[in-house]
This record gives sequence, C-alpha cells and structure tokens, in this order.
Amino acid sequence: MASKEKELNNKPKKEVAKKYEQYVKQFTPRPKYFSNSLKAFLVGGLICMAALYIQNMLVDKGLSEKSAGAYVTVILICLAQLLTGLGVFDTISKFAGAGVIVPITGFANSMVAPAIEYKKEGPVLGIGAKLFSIAGPVLVCGISVSVIIGIISYFMR
Amino acid sequence: MEYFYAFIIGGAICVIGQILIDTTKLTAPRILVIFVVAGAILTGLGIYEPLVKLANNGATVPLPGFGYALAKGAMDGAKDGFLAAVSGGIKDTAAGVAAAVTFGYAIALVFSPKSKR
Repeated sequence: MASKEKELNNKPKKEVAKKYEQYVKQFTPRPKYFSNSLKAFLVGGLICMAALYIQNMLVDKGLSEKSAGAYVTVILICLAQLLTGLGVFDTISKFAGAGVIVPITGFANSMVAPAIEYKKEGPVLGIGAKLFSIAGPVLVCGISVSVIIGIISYFMR
Repeated sequence: MEYFYAFIIGGAICVIGQILIDTTKLTAPRILVIFVVAGAILTGLGIYEPLVKLANNGATVPLPGFGYALAKGAMDGAKDGFLAAVSGGIKDTAAGVAAAVTFGYAIALVFSPKSKR
C-alpha cells in the first residue's frame, strides 16, 4: 500500500492532474447549448418587448422619449433588485441564464446579490463595498471608455 | 413590427451572452464588462446607432445599451465643448446608476441572505 502511494507520488504531477481532469469530465454534465440559448433568447426578448411596451405607454402619457427611456431603465433595475432581495431572481436566472443576466436586470442583480451576501460585515464595508464588487469594474471600464470616446469625438468634430 | 424587432434583437444579444457563458470560462464580471465596453466602442464607430433605431429597447435594454448610453452622452457632449465631452457619458446614465445604487443599498439593508434551496 505504502509503495503504491509512493509510486503515485513519483509520477509527474501534471500527469496526475490530467488523469483527474479526464475523470472529472465523465461526470460533469455537458451544457445543453441549444436549449440554453433558446431559453435565453425567449426570456431576453420578452424583457426587451416589455420594456418597449412600458416606454410606449410613458411616451403616450406625454414624456419625452429620452426621459421615458430613463424611467424604463430605473423601473427594470428596481424590479430586478427587489426580486433579488426576495430570492426569486436566482430561480429565474437558473432557468433563463443569460436571458436575465445580459439585460440591465443582470447588472442590478450583480450589485445587490453580493451586498446581501456580505451583509454581516456591516453597512459600510459589507454592503457599501460589496455593492460594487461586480458593478465597480463595469462602471470603471464603461466610464473610462466613454470619456475616451468623448475626447476623441471632441477633437474630430 | 416595432415589438418584433425589439424581441429579435434583444433575444439575439442574450444568446451571444449565453454562448459566451457556456463555451468560455469567462466569469460573470468579465462578461458584463465585455458587453458594456463593446456597446460603447460599437457606438463610437457608429455601428450600434442603427441597431437602436431599428430595435429601440431591444438594443438599449441589454448591457451593450448601457455602453451605448455612455458613448452617446459623451459624443453628444463633445458638440458643446471639452468639459461636456468628458462628463456627458455619466450625465446621460446618471438616473440609472443613481437608482441602482440607492435602491440596491436599501434592498440589501432590508433583506437578509437566503439559504440556497
């Protein structure tokens, strides 16, 4: 027994890791690409259609298109965050995958989910900091790119 | 017809995300960043704007739409001067970000973590 163990240890570590990976691969279910994509397509499409419906309703009430768009974004964000707080969003995203992650609802969820998870660490360093653990990089990269684009288009006008 | 395009384009962008999640080992924050930055750059190159004209919310509600709003604000601001070019992106997305931060903070204060079932 001891000699066998020694033998195993003498094997190059890479080989062992490779064998293990193959072993694990047998048991990990392969993602169902087609059905996942179909679900994402349907749910994502429905969210966009619902957003358009709300926007048209607001425009009919006399709002400008730009502010109606902002209201729609705010409504979607608040709804997604409320569902995250209630624990429903997880269930939905398990079914729809990218269908709810790629629309702005996913961004809203990515703020609240870690914030609730780290609530124990306090209202400042727990919630306050973790609110931005995923949204932070998005805002940093997005805003940086927008400033660069702004400067470029200023000099090109 | 408007609704049809919103459905198709919005769904298609989500499918791209689903394929990225399934076939690559990219983590969620990276996918979000890629989408927002891609949206901003495509807007800067003038490719995303026609898509928004065609599909309206189908293109603005998914994350590239956030990048679109950032870039569009900056490009619109550039017409009014240098300072507006720098601040335009944040100004146009301020409502969404402010709501997300404030409401998200309130939600996190009120609800406690759920155990995974």
